Amino acid sequence: MVTLSSDSRPIIGRGPPLGAGLFFLGVISVFMMALDHRGGYLETVRLWMSAAASPIYAVVQTPAQVWNWVTGNFSDRERLRTENAQLTEQLRVTRTQLLRFEALNEENRRLREIREASQGLSERTLIAEIINVSVQPFRHMVVINKGADDGVFRGQPVLDAFGVVGQVMQVGKSTATLILITDTEHAVPVQVNRTGIRSIAVGTGDGGRLSLPYMTVESDVRRGDLLVSSGLDEIFPAGYPVATVTKVERNSADTFALVEARPLAQLDRDREVLLLWANKPKVPTPEEAIEAVKK
Amino acid sequence: MSVSDGRIGRLRVTATVVIALILSVLPLPHWMDLARPYLLLLLVIYWSLSAPRIAGLTFAWLCGMAIDVLKGTTLGQHALAFLLVSFLTHKFQLRMRIFPLSQQTMTVLLLLLLYEFVVFWTDGIIGYPVTAWTRWIPVFTSTLLWPVVVGILDTWNRRSR
Repeated sequence: MVTLSSDSRPIIGRGPPLGAGLFFLGVISVFMMALDHRGGYLETVRLWMSAAASPIYAVVQTPAQVWNWVTGNFSDRERLRTENAQLTEQLRVTRTQLLRFEALNEENRRLREIREASQGLSERTLIAEIINVSVQPFRHMVVINKGADDGVFRGQPVLDAFGVVGQVMQVGKSTATLILITDTEHAVPVQVNRTGIRSIAVGTGDGGRLSLPYMTVESDVRRGDLLVSSGLDEIFPAGYPVATVTKVERNSADTFALVEARPLAQLDRDREVLLLWANKPKVPTPEEAIEAVKK
Repeated sequence: MSVSDGRIGRLRVTATVVIALILSVLPLPHWMDLARPYLLLLLVIYWSLSAPRIAGLTFAWLCGMAIDVLKGTTLGQHALAFLLVSFLTHKFQLRMRIFPLSQQTMTVLLLLLLYEFVVFWTDGIIGYPVTAWTRWIPVFTSTLLWPVVVGILDTWNRRSR
């Protein structure tokens, strides 16, 4: 039985009737859901409400941060030294690769200039840390420690060192919620790097698997093929690695082949992600296109 | 009832709500995450029974809204579900208060089932239906937690009075 506190008289018969309160707040809830879902009209409201929620995130974060601090401070010299050696080695390897990348980038830029197509090359990035809070167990979403104050916007692409991670779904004052590419409600337009075939990679709700439901049986795709973003959604810039094909099953009776891929980004291990501000490729208006043809 | 008494009650309610909010986003391993009980909802039911003048419908609605903000769901979804549960609790408050604990737990189970159904239903309308059976686990873990919540809060209430 529930112990009664000092004033346990029911609220029935006092103030507005119970049913009226239910009706009033219920209508407000439904109204808010419609506004939030249909058009995202409540972005500003959410912005400020999540600012109020950030102390709670901070409290939840504290044990992990303290643990990191402690292990960081007391890790022994030897381990630091080997780690340092490993990192130096890694840096050397990466730098050599980067040398080639620079040359290729330069070449690419020149080729693009020749084609007069300036596709997003100048980009700004920002590193964001994943806040260790659990959101919804059935959705693949994470919270990061950058928000509207840092210029984060809804639909912003997010990467890590290995590939596409996802996009920004909700923006708060100093936090933002990402939806990962493996969420069942998420899809990335991709292109097979080897052949240029375009398709869509849909999340499966399984952290290590994407599904490509629109690959015809005849399409040229093999196990191990690299899938890169095609840029057709105007959210993810073209050419970023998304996944590698892990399974191709063709049944000649079907129209579509069963194609599965594994995301390249380390979705389950990431601590930090990269927010990307890409220059949107300029899409010519119909008038401009006609002008260009006339010339 | 003196003024300070009401203030203490209000403080106590706020403190438990803050703790429940923190526990609702505390990172847990996946299997535990699936079974995470709805502590805040249990508190709303408890305070609606024990201190209904402090924990009214608006209080329940605000708690639901806090869950919406923290969990990143559509604003108003959990607020509506909390509101319905709180309405029924207030409606049957006089009866539920005198139920023996076992019967009270069964009533709470019904309320939690209703809550989960409302969330499930609005999920479907909004277009992110989660049809996995695992989504119903928290209903049962929460029900099991109810006697514990009542035990702890009753002891606390009695001692500090």
